[in-house]
Amino acid sequence: MTDLMTSFRRFDSSRHGTWVVAGVMVVLLFILPVLDDPLLLLQVRYYISMIILALSMAFIWGFGGIMCFGQSMFFGLGGYAYAIAVGNFGESTAPFFLAMIVPALFAAFLGYFMFFGRLNDVYVAVITLAVTLALYYFINSTSGDEYTIGKARLMGFNGISSIRKFNWPGDSTALLSANHLFYFAMGLLIATYVGLKLLLGSTFGRVVVAVKENELRAELLGYDVRLYKLAVFVIGAAIAGLAGCLSINYKNFISPNAFHLSLAAQIIMWVLVGGVGTLLGPIIGCVVLLYVSFILGTGASGGGLNTYLIFGLIVMIFVLVIPQGIVPTLRDWREQGGRYRRMTAGAVLSMAEQLPASSRAPVRAFGERMLGLAPPSGHSGNKG
Amino acid sequence: MAENDVILETRGLTMRFGGVVAVNNVDFSMKEGELRCLIGPNGAGKSTFFKCLTRQYKPSAGQVFFRGADITSDITFQIARRGIGIKTQVPSVFDGLSVHENIWLSARRHHKTRAANKITDQIIERVGLGHATKQLVGRLAHGERQWVELGIVLTGEPKLILLDEPTAGMTGDEVGRTTELIREINRQAALIVVEHDMQFIKAIAQKVTVFHHGQILVEDTMINILSNQQVRDVYLGKHAV
Ligand SMILES: Nc1ncnc2c1ncn2[C@@H]1O[C@H](COP(=O)(O)OP(=O)(O)O)[C@@H](O)[C@H]1O
Ligand SMILES: [Mg+2]
Repeated sequence: MTDLMTSFRRFDSSRHGTWVVAGVMVVLLFILPVLDDPLLLLQVRYYISMIILALSMAFIWGFGGIMCFGQSMFFGLGGYAYAIAVGNFGESTAPFFLAMIVPALFAAFLGYFMFFGRLNDVYVAVITLAVTLALYYFINSTSGDEYTIGKARLMGFNGISSIRKFNWPGDSTALLSANHLFYFAMGLLIATYVGLKLLLGSTFGRVVVAVKENELRAELLGYDVRLYKLAVFVIGAAIAGLAGCLSINYKNFISPNAFHLSLAAQIIMWVLVGGVGTLLGPIIGCVVLLYVSFILGTGASGGGLNTYLIFGLIVMIFVLVIPQGIVPTLRDWREQGGRYRRMTAGAVLSMAEQLPASSRAPVRAFGERMLGLAPPSGHSGNKG
Repeated sequence: MAENDVILETRGLTMRFGGVVAVNNVDFSMKEGELRCLIGPNGAGKSTFFKCLTRQYKPSAGQVFFRGADITSDITFQIARRGIGIKTQVPSVFDGLSVHENIWLSARRHHKTRAANKITDQIIERVGLGHATKQLVGRLAHGERQWVELGIVLTGEPKLILLDEPTAGMTGDEVGRTTELIREINRQAALIVVEHDMQFIKAIAQKVTVFHHGQILVEDTMINILSNQQVRDVYLGKHAV
């Protein structure tokens, strides 16, 4: 099991691993439209936007060491930036870029105070959480007519509906077909994944990981860690904004729920479950958890079990039962098993002594065999 | 820079932690190319002094000058860029990264990628870690991690190197090699070395500064220091001052 995790991490960080993952995405890019299943394509587009969101968190947390408790705020900002801009321009090219620029600028502003103010990790988590909450309540309260940007109303808790989808650049009358929207989304996912991989392999990426590993040493070498953290935070925000704008192109709708803490928490869970410090892990974590919530009937239909309840349970299981992660836990269980087996064997052997001589031998043999199966006592199993 | 120029000077440097005055109004000065040993009992304030010089702590009062420039308000990475390197008492390395990556990150700060790769290999040879290039630093023995940190510091080619207990956790053999290395480094850089190992100090010492209760007790040659009654009292725990 340990070997499995190690090889997973090695695969994720290796060059051929990157080629394999990107290759699978490219294959999907060509195969899925051929299946001629519009509903499937639509579903996949939803997953793609969420995966890109997962990647943004995987990057800033897993590699940048920034614990952002409100990654959903950039997702929401990207979505709203797109919705408002496209409502004004009637054309999607500039709004598409604004969906990344607006969250990036906001992250630069927020990050400047956090990282140049030398706030520690806990405060970063608390502040990102608080700002996300504030944005959520603010957007919720903008249903009045006075909250209008240009031609676009913010609509408050009602959300903005019938948002224009992507059109071909420069031609506002030529909307992208469902297939093209899929190609575009999948292409962006591939670009995001490969782009992050290239970034992590560059000098910049290697310094970013070094800052996460040991901030003091990075500074003592002469690296301005504040700038690196800020850059990571801003890049992550732009990617989350991209996800937000793609998710709108799936539902034509955005509401303050984009800022909701439950989404922020889900993003963290995708990374936590999939593996902090990898890119592939959070992709898998995201898909699996979304699918779990879907088959529990809590997806689009809204019926059945409460998603929050399920995800709350998953987090509780992770935090309470296996806080140190799955791998060491399994090892402990094996050792525990050995202890119980030895106890049982001891009981069997003492029972054998009470039995009449004729039936004693087989019971004793059984007990001894159990003992023989048990690993040696003490903590010597730790190395295994 | 002429040999006689002052490389580092502190004026009234003070670091308070609540009621504890860890560094107390220290006027310290050393010249280019010097190899200074800094000794003193545990808690004398040696590490805190180093941390003030590299802005890991913001001094409560006083000034620091490096090669004539006032660096009191510089922050850690700026001080590093001016050419002060430090090996901290508790090794500060990238435990989750390989030996190669540790050294490379230091080399890349000053050189383009290709040159950095080359320098990394050279430094790894120089500190004798060729056998462990790909190993994670966190998995190495304490002595070896010290070497990694020394390598990281050397790679930056600082003008002034601060070494806080560099031989802790090293075998006798390794201490010997460190002595050699320090002499070698001293040809290009000034050094301040904090150590408890008197044999080691004797082997490298030129001028020695003794810290006690956050203040400079005496400053003299090793021979005079060893025969100094005040210093003996301090080390034997008597109250001399
Ligand atoms: N971060 C800190 N907070 C409070 N007290 C400290 C801190 N760092 C050092 N000290 C105190 O300052 C004094 C000097 O410590 P230190 O510089 O580590 O001594 P040395 O390195 O000479 O053994 C000690 O009394 C120590 O307890
Ligand atoms: Mg110390």
